[in-house]
Amino acid sequence: MYRNTMAIKKKSARLGAVSVPAEILFHIIIGGFGLMCFIPFIFTIIISFTSEKSIAVNGFSFFPEEWSLNAYKYLFERARQVAFSTVSSVISTSVGTVFSVLICVLYSYAMFRKDYKLRQFITFFSFFTMMFGGGLTATYMVSKNLLGLYNNYWALIVPLLVNPFNFIIMRTFYQSSVPDALIESAFIDGSGEYRTLFQIVLPISLPGIATIALFNMIAYWNEWFIGMLYIDKSKLMPLQLLLVKMQQEAEFVAQNSGKIGSISAHMGPVPTESLRMALVVIIVIPIAFAYPFFQRYIISGLTIGAVKG
Amino acid sequence: MSRALTTKGPSIKIKSTKKTLLLTSMALPGIVWLFLFRYLPMFGIILSFKDYRIYYQKPSLINNIIHSEWVGLKNFRFLFVTTDAWIMVRNTIGYNALWIVLSLVISVSFAIMLNEITSKFIAKTYQTMMFFPYFLSWVVVSYFVFAFLSQDKGLISHMQQNAGVPVTEWYHDPKPWPYILTIAYLWKNLGYACVLYLAAITGIDASQYEAARIDGANKWQQVIYVTLPHLKTMIIIIFIMNVGKIFNADFGLFYSVPMDSGPLFPATQVVDTYVYRALRNMGEIGMSSAAGLFQNVVGFICIMVANTITRKVSPESSLF
Repeated sequence: MYRNTMAIKKKSARLGAVSVPAEILFHIIIGGFGLMCFIPFIFTIIISFTSEKSIAVNGFSFFPEEWSLNAYKYLFERARQVAFSTVSSVISTSVGTVFSVLICVLYSYAMFRKDYKLRQFITFFSFFTMMFGGGLTATYMVSKNLLGLYNNYWALIVPLLVNPFNFIIMRTFYQSSVPDALIESAFIDGSGEYRTLFQIVLPISLPGIATIALFNMIAYWNEWFIGMLYIDKSKLMPLQLLLVKMQQEAEFVAQNSGKIGSISAHMGPVPTESLRMALVVIIVIPIAFAYPFFQRYIISGLTIGAVKG
Repeated sequence: MSRALTTKGPSIKIKSTKKTLLLTSMALPGIVWLFLFRYLPMFGIILSFKDYRIYYQKPSLINNIIHSEWVGLKNFRFLFVTTDAWIMVRNTIGYNALWIVLSLVISVSFAIMLNEITSKFIAKTYQTMMFFPYFLSWVVVSYFVFAFLSQDKGLISHMQQNAGVPVTEWYHDPKPWPYILTIAYLWKNLGYACVLYLAAITGIDASQYEAARIDGANKWQQVIYVTLPHLKTMIIIIFIMNVGKIFNADFGLFYSVPMDSGPLFPATQVVDTYVYRALRNMGEIGMSSAAGLFQNVVGFICIMVANTITRKVSPESSLF
């Protein structure tokens, strides 16, 4: 009986679907690409658990001869630089996300309010910067020499605070989820601008805020370029920048064996292959675990951004 | 409603002024940031026309700029006389043009295939897997690439060794890099584009397919006559937006994935990496900002042209 209904269900699901061989082909193509997207990360995990000796003899391999936990032991026990960098990444990501979301929520609310006199001006004011700018050189010199963003936490946080694209996404969210009548009735009830925003508008715009917060969080966590521009002190280097420096350093060490640069001095011996891969794993793990849960929000945000952007 | 209120007298006027002030105070943090980090640097355009020198009597950014000598268009000359400039312009536009077309074709076909997979759970799993690389930084990706291409330890190098083929010097030979960069770009960005198109496809009314089926359309015809026409606007918008950005390269991809390796520059140098290297490695402030200005002006023209075309094609989807 049960089998029978299953068979019927299956049949009805097949109605209007492509033929079975075609679907198998689709599974091979799409599933194959899906696997390809994940395999390099799994490869990196395997390398990070491979013993140095195996790497030296066989190179990187999916099936190492000898496993080892040494990279992680070293990472957690002795690598002071990694501890500094983790702190730096966590601080800049958390502080940066909070403030960038706050700025975005406020600015896009002003952009959203139809009865705000300067609405058109502030919309254009942010939009124009998406099309034209002073370029990297001038931005770099203004930030470093005029605003003092150099070798401090501000340098890791402030340059990423605003993204006009997020303003547009957030404004579109307000437009699609907050009816004008709601705001009008709030004012008739005597609610002020800030109270209306924080007590009435924000609670119904939570999906929008989640989207923006995620975008910002990922942007801060993945940032290394501004670190490369404004950070020289190794204590302040975020994890991603540490990866860049290790890459450069490994090449440097390979080319000038015997000399040891500043970072390796902090870490003890020269960073080894499995150690660097272990660091990659530690950076990717939070993203790999978080994004499937937030995927829905991200897709909705991206769809709005792509269509209305 | 506000019109009805304004007739009531001066107290309402104060109220409306207060409202403007309050809303402005909300926008203020953003306004200040945009002014400091986006508008102030626009004055830095004059750096392209100066021979930037440090003014030793009283060194500060503004004094340095004021006391540097005007050199007219000298900083721009290299853009038209050197082969370096030609290479970076060719690479920037060439890669972007190729990738716009490739990622459009592949991601639309992937989205259509993904939509045909009967098990929704498996389709979702594929989608999640494909989306993963989008969230990684190029630095992380460069380590992934390194795991395969490293000269002495990489998987591919080892396979070449075992097969008795001469090992390619991946980080010294520019020849394979157009392919490597293309694969890296598609690997990281296809999932994202595919998810966007899939969202649009699932939004298509099922009754349209049913009607097509009753009229005797096979699967292929349904795709041609129902799915693609529905995606048309979105494809055009994304296409035009990307064409507007054709002169801007993804810095991380071109800097980090080839590991900043000098011998690869013929295949990997783009305008963005040139501007960075001229600024940080060579200290060529003038030339760096001249190249940046050139990029900005050409980019601006591209966006304007793209937008004008969009307005003609589908007015509701133009940017402004």
